[in-house]
This record gives sequence, structure tokens and C-alpha cells, in this order.
Amino acid sequence: MSESSTTSDPLRGGDASVTPAVVREQLLRDYPAKTKKKREKQIVINDKQRDEDGSLQLPVVAANTRTVPGIITQRGCCYAGCKGVILGPTRDIVNIVHGPIGCSFYSWLTRRNQTHTPTDEHDNFMTYCFSTDMIEENIIFGGEKRLRQAIQEAYDLFHPKAIAVFSTCPVGLIGDDVHQVSAEMKKQLGINVFAFSCEGYKGVSQSAGHHIANNQIFKHVIGEDDTTRSQWSINLLGEYNIGGDAFVIEDLLERCGIELVSTFSGNSTYDQFANAHMARLNAVMCHRSINYVADMIEKKYGTPWIKVNFIGANATAKSLRKIAEYFDDRRLTENVERVIGEEFPAVVQAQRKYRPRCSGKRAVLFVGGSRAHHYQELFRELGMETIAAGYEFAHRDDYEGRRVLPSIKIDADSRNIEELRVDADQEKFRESDRQKGIAREKQGYTLREYDGMMAEMKDQTLIIDDISHSEAERLIRMVRPDVFCAGIKEKYSVQKMGVPCKQLHSYDYGGPYAGFAGAINFYEEIDRMVNARIWSRVQPPWENGSPAAESKSPLPASMAESEENTN
Amino acid sequence: MTTRTANPVSGPFVATRNACKLCTPLGACLAFAGVEGARTILHGSQGCATYIRRYMISHFKEPVDIASSNFSESATIFGGRDNLQDGLANVTRQYQPAVIGIATTCLAETIGEDVGMYLHEIRSQASPDGPALPPVVHVGTPSYCGTHAEGYLATVHALVSQLAEDGSQRDHINVFPNMFSPADLRYLKEIGADFGLPVTLLPDYSDTLDGPTWEEYQLIPQGGTPLAAVRRTGQARSSIEFTWVHGEKASAGQWLEEHFGVRNHRLPVPIGLRASDALFDVLGSICDRETPARHAAERGRLIDSLIDGHKYLFERRAVVFGEEDLVAGIVGLLGELGVHPVLCASGGDTGRLRSAIARLVPDQADRIQVRQATDFADLEELAGDLKPDILIGNSKGYWLSRRLKAPLVRIGFPIHDRVGGARLLHVGYRGAQQLADRIVNTLLESLQEQSDEGYSYL
Ligand code: SF4
Ligand code: SF4
Repeated sequence: MSESSTTSDPLRGGDASVTPAVVREQLLRDYPAKTKKKREKQIVINDKQRDEDGSLQLPVVAANTRTVPGIITQRGCCYAGCKGVILGPTRDIVNIVHGPIGCSFYSWLTRRNQTHTPTDEHDNFMTYCFSTDMIEENIIFGGEKRLRQAIQEAYDLFHPKAIAVFSTCPVGLIGDDVHQVSAEMKKQLGINVFAFSCEGYKGVSQSAGHHIANNQIFKHVIGEDDTTRSQWSINLLGEYNIGGDAFVIEDLLERCGIELVSTFSGNSTYDQFANAHMARLNAVMCHRSINYVADMIEKKYGTPWIKVNFIGANATAKSLRKIAEYFDDRRLTENVERVIGEEFPAVVQAQRKYRPRCSGKRAVLFVGGSRAHHYQELFRELGMETIAAGYEFAHRDDYEGRRVLPSIKIDADSRNIEELRVDADQEKFRESDRQKGIAREKQGYTLREYDGMMAEMKDQTLIIDDISHSEAERLIRMVRPDVFCAGIKEKYSVQKMGVPCKQLHSYDYGGPYAGFAGAINFYEEIDRMVNARIWSRVQPPWENGSPAAESKSPLPASMAESEENTN
Repeated sequence: MTTRTANPVSGPFVATRNACKLCTPLGACLAFAGVEGARTILHGSQGCATYIRRYMISHFKEPVDIASSNFSESATIFGGRDNLQDGLANVTRQYQPAVIGIATTCLAETIGEDVGMYLHEIRSQASPDGPALPPVVHVGTPSYCGTHAEGYLATVHALVSQLAEDGSQRDHINVFPNMFSPADLRYLKEIGADFGLPVTLLPDYSDTLDGPTWEEYQLIPQGGTPLAAVRRTGQARSSIEFTWVHGEKASAGQWLEEHFGVRNHRLPVPIGLRASDALFDVLGSICDRETPARHAAERGRLIDSLIDGHKYLFERRAVVFGEEDLVAGIVGLLGELGVHPVLCASGGDTGRLRSAIARLVPDQADRIQVRQATDFADLEELAGDLKPDILIGNSKGYWLSRRLKAPLVRIGFPIHDRVGGARLLHVGYRGAQQLADRIVNTLLESLQEQSDEGYSYL
């Protein structure tokens, strides 16, 4: 049985000919057979079915598979996920990129993660881009000596708490042992030095780099400092403080009386990581990039984890309540309700203003490994519909929910990423936290659960994993969305076609969008985008007297025609 | 955001700290973007293509599409031939490009991929019913040798040496620009037209990387040097190229002279009065014409603005950084403005920046510090003592500018903290005049800001 009865909702407002099946067929049209066969499994109609016992059945999305050569992808590399995403936002670790210059240059302050040092005397190396800048000689004879020297230089210059080393592609091939060099230097310098084998060719996207980063931080940093934390203490995992999001969340938590031990990794420091195992609960924002740490901490130290989302006003309220509910204390619950009560009137007022202006408009989101899901909340609050969405580097569980984890097949690309074997720590494991989790679950509280993107999206919407550049352009021409959410790489080609593009990686210099204040910020910005007059000056390709605009005939034929015209 | 200053440790450093150069394939992607109907594939892992796209897009604020052959871990062991073959097939099917450019990344170079041989094999095994592969130009661009500037020139060289055809001489001239802005390229074409000279500009990304909104759907942005014109570079009556720091190996003009007897004129980048004069003189001598009146007038206005600016700029201290050729060009202009370039720096390492500067401003050369293979951390250490009044270079100098409290005039690539980087003019009389005004005004603005009186009248 199909979940909703309005399955024929056309993707393009009012045009019944543009059905999900037609769009899908068009996106796949020009691929060679081999490529088509692969993309078919990644371009999926969200056909939501209920089986007899009422549980939701979703189609499979072949996510986290290698991008076909020659397809212009949004994805970056393993190194980008490791150094750029996870370790980039930590301010007091000196990051040394071992490799030729480009990889390090391109990840130098490009992600707009913010940080606040308590004073000017505190370390902040985020504006600093340290590379071994390998030369030909190192490629031939090896670069270990150069790396050792670079570590020494970083130490002499800054005496930092820690130095992290990141391998790029050539390093893996010439066989430099970055871990050995780091271990030696750690001994010699007396500070923590650790390395990441995050060569860009590993895995299929940034995702492999997240995993590698999680592993090494877990191995080398978490658990170093056993300072006790309060009964309502949490770690916020998978929040990277783009545009100041983490500052907003930090403020909310503080006002609720929830102690934030560490954030992975927006506005974070080495010491926070070292102490993270002492928090009593882990709250996971971006499931894709950080669930490994949540999982490993739970196994080794007993801390349970929950999924939260601070994007969207309702989601924020829900997440705060969920944390309070876990700790199950009247005072905390009252705090949380008070804070929500303080924040919500402004949200409602903003919604009253912007909803009528935005409602009914249609968004598509192709970004990241959680944002394409989380931001749908905000659009929903504006009365906007998400008609198509997909991730850049997520896995099946981020689409279909964690319940599919046991059925995910491990392919050659994933097999190469180390899975750490983690056992309970004899001394530091907190049985009481484990027991608390078990008790809460008995009362119906859900731990370790993430339902994924598709369960929350409407029936018959389009799911496109790892959308390619040419697919994105075709999709726009066919469904003509009111706003396209992606990143800088997509921005200008989307806008050339007269559709506003909201960058959800870097926020176009905007933000914050998290929490209540962030939601209001986002409403304003989306209103400005979808209602800006400038777009009426751009004549979109489909209105240029093209057959598509003139006739009501279904798109396929006309599309083929106008495409030929441009060649 | 604060950054703690480093302990006083003296170099030289092995590590590069805050690089003042980008990587080689980026230059290749820029050059290929200036060929009509071209698509670029970077042979290696996908990350490089994504990073380079992102960087170029943030400067040009235009779509930039670069494919990759997406090496997997096994491709690093068994080679990337199959990946390249699939990549070529997919690019051809999706975009029907007129040309495909392939540049290698460090990974492919490290494992010693022989792209030329692969292409030969792929072509000879192509199935007759599949879509035909367009011409493919390939260039080796390991980043551990050279910078984006070398990548750019090597790619122009590859385009010419792999596509140019011999034949009887025609009327046109070849112009091989350096890493100029789209606005510079448009202006060069305008100058050629005013001389009545048919010009083949290679590459020409003046439209592809600075285009209007689309009225029609475009698989590949319109514009660029047509393939036929690239082939005809072998039949030009002469070539002009702008570099004084890069050697013959990188020279497309030299190659054409050696192989097809096309006379090559090697000029400095035409920034400033004298360097622009050199360009106009060569153009005039090629077609035996005076400088067209319009440009003679612009020359006059440039001299006028140099005089106007001179009194504010005389003996002001400037730090200049960026690609070596660009830095040398700017130093020429600064000499004409009376500015003292106290420090000229580049991440590039051709070893010829000093001699290029000495040729351009012989009387000043011994009081200019020149640094090659340098980075922004070095620059900061050096520049602090030099007390510069103004910095001239790309956006990466912003932190330096902030710490030294000296204003930054943004030129070159990348400019990703301002809009309009693609529309900045640097070359020719007009470019020099606009640059001179910007330099003066930036300085005046900062003096005004710092003044106690808050004067508002000069
Ligand atoms: S590996 Fe080489 S080509 Fe790729 S980004 Fe790094 S420096 Fe550039
Ligand atoms: S060389 Fe490897 S690590 Fe560097 S950007 Fe390219 S794919 Fe990423």
C-alpha cells in the first residue's frame, strides 16, 4: 500500500507531465550502458510503502559507491573529509599536510568554520596553512625526513599542545610511514603528535576521511583527561560551526544548564576532545561524519548517544527536550521549557511574516551528508516543499535509516577503511551510564536511532545520491525549483539558469542558521532569495521561446531538441 | 579571529607556511577553459578536481566544470587506464565536447602514468558504433615540480604542440597571454582589432569564465579559442607571448618558431607604460602601422594619471606578491609611479624573477628585495621590518595586510574575498591607468582613515 494517496503530485508545479518517473528517465538518458546501470540505483523515487505490520518500507539507494570517472561530481576526497571537515575547525592543533602544495592550499580556511579564543594569548592556528610542500626529490627518495623536519619547525614556532599530520595521495604511494614518524616525534618533543592516513584515493568521498579522522582522534586524544563532568553534561558531535552555528547552540545549552564538554568539532580545542569521554551523553548532529566516535565512546566508556538536530525551530525544541528527557530531571525540564518559551514567540512572529510569502514554493537540496535532510525542516516551517534531495557523501543509513545497517554490503572501497576494534575500558567504563541508557530504553526512549532522510520526505519525491553536474542542470530545467541548495561549485551554473542557489556548506557568508535565532535568520534569507526581483530579469533557458515553454507537450522531446540547438 | 604570533625562530624552513602559490593542474584547467567546447579531465583522484573547481569558481564566480578519472585504491596499484577510458566515454556522451583536455595530478605522476600511450590504446580499441572521441590534448602537471603558472604555460604549449598544423602562412598573429583576467583578454582582442590584425588568442576564457546569464541552456559555456584556430597557430605570421621568467621549455611561441618557422616575440607581461609600449611597438611593426589614435590617447591619459598619482605615491613602500611574471610586471608599473617596491615575492621558483625585475627597472633593482619560493609566513617576517605602506597581490595577502595594517590592492589570482576579480584590468595602457588609480586611491583611503583631521579634500 502506498503511503499517501496524492502520489501523482507533479514535481513541477502544475505541470502533470513532469512526473518523477519522467524526470528520472531524462536524467539517465545519455549515459553509456554501464554508467546508466549504476546511476539507476542512485536516482530513486521515494516510493514509501507500508507492509502488513505497518512498518515503513523504503526503496534502496545505492549510496556510498564510487563515482564513475568523467562524471562531474560534487564530492571531494578522503583528505578533504579528514583534514578539511573534522580536524579543520579545531583551533589549537597544528595541522601539517604532508604532500605537494595544492591539497593544503585548497583546504586553507575555505570552510568558514568560526572559533572564539578566550583571549588573544590563546592558540588559534586555523589561519595557518602548514605543508611539507613535497618536491620531486621527496617523491623519488621519500619524504619522511622532510616531514620530521616540518614537525620540528611547527613545534619550535608554536610549542602547540598537539600536531596532526595528514597524508595526501602521493604519500601513500611512496610509502612514507607517517605514523612512525609521528610516534618518534611525539616521544622526542613530549607533545601529542599523531597522523592520519587519509590519502585522497581512499574510499569514495569525504566520508572515508571522516571515518579515519574519527578513528585517530579516538585512538590518540579521547580519554587523555579524566576530569569529572556534571550530571547533565553532553558532547555535541558533528556540528562544525559554519557561520557561527555552534555559538548559538552553545548559548542555548548553557541557558538550559546543560554542560557542553566538547563539540566535534566546531569551536573546539584539543583539551575538549581529551575529556570528551567524561560527558554523560553524546548528542549527534551530523550522523554521517561522526557516528563512529559516538559508537566507539559508548563501547569503551559506556556513554549512550542520541540523534539531535538543531536546524529548524521545531527540531531545536525537540532536541532540547530529548536531552532533558534523557536526564529525566524536573529542574532540567523546566529550564528547557523556559528557554523554549523565551525563544519561540519571535520564531512564531517571523513565521507569520515569511510563511505567506514563501509557502507553496519548492526547494531541492543536494548537499553534504546531513544538511540535505536537516534543512528540509526549515523549509517546512516556511511552508515550502522539498521535491528532490540527495546527499553528496552519505551512506544508505542516512537515507533509509539505521535499521538498514545490517543489510549494507561492504564493497572494496569501504573495506579499506579501518574499523577499530573497541572494547570496554576496564577502569574508565561507566556502568552506571550504560544502565541508565538501558533503563531509559525500557521506558520507550530511543537511543542510537536515526530514521534518515527518506522517512521524513514526502512519498514520490526524488532522491538523487551524488548528483552529477549535468543531472543537476537537467533537473533544474525540468522541475524549475524556486530555490536550489548546494555549494559554491553549483552556485553559478544554477544561477545562470535564473534559479537562486543557497549555499549550505558555507552559507554564502551568512548564518548562523542553527537554533531559534538561526531559524529566523534563515527564513529572512530564503524570503529574500525566492522573492528577489533580480530573478525576473534573468530569462531562464526554458522561457526562451523553446518548445518546452510554448507547448504543453511533455518535456523529453523538447529537451532533446533544445539541447541539440546549443551544440 | 586571533592568531597567536609565532615564537622568534629563524628559518630557513623546510615546510611551506601559508603558501604563495597554487598547484600545477589548476593552471592547466584555466588554460583548457579557454578553448571552445573543451572539457577537462584531471587524471588522478577526484579530490584535486573538486578543490580546483571550487577555487576557480570562487574567483571567477562562474561555473567551472572539471571531470576526474576518479582513481580508486586499486587504480593506484594497477594504473588508471580503465578509469581514463571510462572518463573519456562519459564526458563525450554527456557533453559532446569539441576537445578534451587531460592534465595529470600528483598521484598519476607519482605512479608514472603514460597518458599518451593510454590514449593511443584507447583510440585504437574504440568500438566503431560508440560516439567518436574528439581530439584530446594531454599535459603532465605534477605539482611537486612547479606551480600553477608552470601548469598554465605547459598547457598552452601542449595545445599548440599537439594540435598546430603546418601550412602556408596566413594573415593572423598568435597571442599567448599569461594568466590574465578575462577583462585583460577582451582588451587584448580589442587592441588587435584596432590594429586591423586578426588575432588568435590562446587561451581565450574571456567569455567562458566571465559570461552573461544564459538565455539558452549551455552544456559547455560559449566562447573560447576554436579548435580550428588552435590548429592554425602553425600558420600565423608571428606570435607574441608574455613571459620573462619562464624558460623556452614552457614556450608555445618558441615551439612554433622552431617547428613551423612562426616568428616569436617574447615580451614581458604588458603591465605599465613601458611594457605596454613594447607590446604596441611589436604590433605596429608586425602590421607596419602607427598605434591607433584611440590607444595613443589612452597612452596619454596613462601618463597623465602617472603624473597625478606620482605626488602621493613617490617613495611609498610597496610589497608585491603573486606569480613571478605578474610581480615583475607590477614592479615595472610601480617604478613609473615612483613607488619603491621594497619586497617582491613569489611562491614560484624559476630563479628568474630578479633578472626580470632588473631588466624592467634597472635603476631600482639593487634596492629591491626579491624572494622566490617563498610563502606568506616568510613574507610576514620580512615585511614587518620593511614597514610597507601598501601591499599588492591576491586575496591570500589579506591576513598579511591585516597584521601589518597596510592596505591591500587586489590583483591577479585568486581574488575570492571580493566580487569582480574576473573584470579587473591589468594590462595595456588602460589597465595600467586603472591600476595606477586603484593604487593611489587605496593609499589615499588608508591615509584618510588614519588621519586625525579627517580631511576630505585633496
Ligand atoms: S595532489 Fe597535486 S594536483 Fe592534487 S591538489 Fe594536491 S598538489 Fe594539486
Ligand atoms: S591529491 Fe589526493 S589528497 Fe590531494 S586533493 Fe587530490 S585527491 Fe585529495
